[in-house]
Amino acid sequence: MTVMERLAPQLVTGAPLLTMSGISRRFGAVVALEDVAATVWPGEVLGIVGESGSGKSTLLRMMNLEDTPDTGTYHLALPETPGNLFDLDRFARRQLCARRIGIVYQNPHLGLLMGHSSSGNVAERLLIAGERSFATLRAKAKGALEASEFPLTRMDDPPRQLSGGMQQRVQLAKAIALEPALLLLDEPTTGLDVSVQALVLDTLKRLQRDRAITMVIVSHDLGVIRTMADRVMVMRHGRVVEEGLVDQVFQDPQHPYTQELVHAKL
Amino acid sequence: MPNSDTGTQVLRVEGLSKSFRMHHLGQSLHAFEGVSFTLNAGEFLLLKGPNGVGKSTLLRTIWRSYLPEAGHVWFTHDAGRIDLARAADVDIAVLRRRDMGFVTQFLIARPRVPAEEIVAEPLRKAGVAQIDALEEARRWLSAFGVKRDLWRAYPTSFSGGEQQKVNLARALIQPPRLLLLDEPTASLDAGARAALVARLAELKAAGVAMIGVFHHPGDVAAMVDRNILLTAKEVENVAL
Ligand SMILES: Nc1ncnc2c1ncn2[C@@H]1O[C@H](COP(=O)(O)OP(=O)(O)OP(=O)(O)O)[C@@H](O)[C@H]1O
Ligand SMILES: Nc1ncnc2c1ncn2[C@@H]1O[C@H](COP(=O)(O)OP(=O)(O)OP(=O)(O)O)[C@@H](O)[C@H]1O
Ligand SMILES: [Mg+2]
Ligand SMILES: [Mg+2]
Repeated sequence: MTVMERLAPQLVTGAPLLTMSGISRRFGAVVALEDVAATVWPGEVLGIVGESGSGKSTLLRMMNLEDTPDTGTYHLALPETPGNLFDLDRFARRQLCARRIGIVYQNPHLGLLMGHSSSGNVAERLLIAGERSFATLRAKAKGALEASEFPLTRMDDPPRQLSGGMQQRVQLAKAIALEPALLLLDEPTTGLDVSVQALVLDTLKRLQRDRAITMVIVSHDLGVIRTMADRVMVMRHGRVVEEGLVDQVFQDPQHPYTQELVHAKL
Repeated sequence: MPNSDTGTQVLRVEGLSKSFRMHHLGQSLHAFEGVSFTLNAGEFLLLKGPNGVGKSTLLRTIWRSYLPEAGHVWFTHDAGRIDLARAADVDIAVLRRRDMGFVTQFLIARPRVPAEEIVAEPLRKAGVAQIDALEEARRWLSAFGVKRDLWRAYPTSFSGGEQQKVNLARALIQPPRLLLLDEPTASLDAGARAALVARLAELKAAGVAMIGVFHHPGDVAAMVDRNILLTAKEVENVAL
């Protein structure tokens, strides 16, 4: 017996913030994504789980407009972005990303200039968006670092001199400096000590609660997904095999792969 | 307070069936089949049956932690009726925030979030200012007998009974239209049990519809409008 098809939303008003459909991406013979669709509603946290190589980071990079799929469309319900975002040129993409999308990578080297000051890393994002006054840059960078619960006494130190948890907070500060509409998190706490991990998650949770930022979070850690996400998407071999409310997917998984994943990890 | 008048239909369950398909075993486990009943505003329905018969499963299926494979769960909300068995996930999320509550035996404690904030959260999400939400949270923590010096502490380190009190305060701080209760008194002391029963009576009078499984059914006997007895293969509706 199979479960019943779910109906279209009736109670939520307005449009999803993010809508992707028909996303496929190959790298040579490797199929990284195959006909993936994703929807994220304003204020919601979408979790993505799945085995290594299943396409999670590739999908997140698409959401950050760092990569373009072979086929598929991407819409963000923002006033300045009608149409398929994959049709934008490089300059427009860069502007949109700087202003509206924040990302935190597992590897801080991908998101930060390790030799520049931490505050400078955050300010860089504001510069791209057109902020020119030094005083404003510094004040805004400081505000973002503070919101990320970064120790301000270290704000002029370069990330390479900081602990892993602090580096993630600098990435986070950079990501939220412009109050993005969408915050993307790719394994933001993987590799951190368990106690540091809890603190970073707590900061994310607090940001989510206070600012209702829409988030997409990728993690191998089902505990992280359970505390952070409202809904979760399960990926395997470049496809979404199951999607649902977090408690439902973890307590009543339908797909054989999800059952294996949940029983192995919970 | 819910604005549904006593007597109006809140829930109509029709032919609801649930089984668990366990791929690694190559088999399915039937929890229940063809469950039907209705529940009106202000009614209290007591769910009974032996261990493992499917009482928790029925509640979780209504809450949609479990996906049913047949049947309907018609829920009446402000703007109409929706089938919880098929509703979109985002709609379920809206209803859980706004119209439905579920009290289980276990608190989902989060690291580094103080008890009073956990309790205040549903009010915060509903748009109540932090300071008012916290005040109300403290009132309920106190009503359920959580000691004052624990209000700012993290429930991850609380005793089972203390966690359950936090859980109840959170679940009952904002009256939902439909309240599901799965053995909420299991780990409570007499004082907290009495506080819970008093609160449930208040909610019932305010029009909240409730379905509950109770460890000590005697606690709520005075409130029960109807019993549902789940038996191994069929379900009987037993009038009181
Ligand atoms: N730029 C690239 N060039 C070639 N192959 C790539 C590229 N990016 C991704 N791939 C391949 O696409 C597949 C999906 O990779 P992706 O990084 O999205 O996986 P993932 O789900 O994030 O895995 P992990 O959990 O290990 O991070 C992999 O087989 C990967 O090797
Ligand atoms: N998530 C699940 N996956 C697989 N089987 C499940 C799941 N949840 C419940 N079951 C099975 O469904 C049956 C009904 O369990 P349920 O917990 O609903 O019983 P119950 O009536 O609440 O029992 P008790 O009185 O002991 O609480 C049991 O056989 C149980 O093992
Ligand atoms: Mg990855
Ligand atoms: Mg049970």
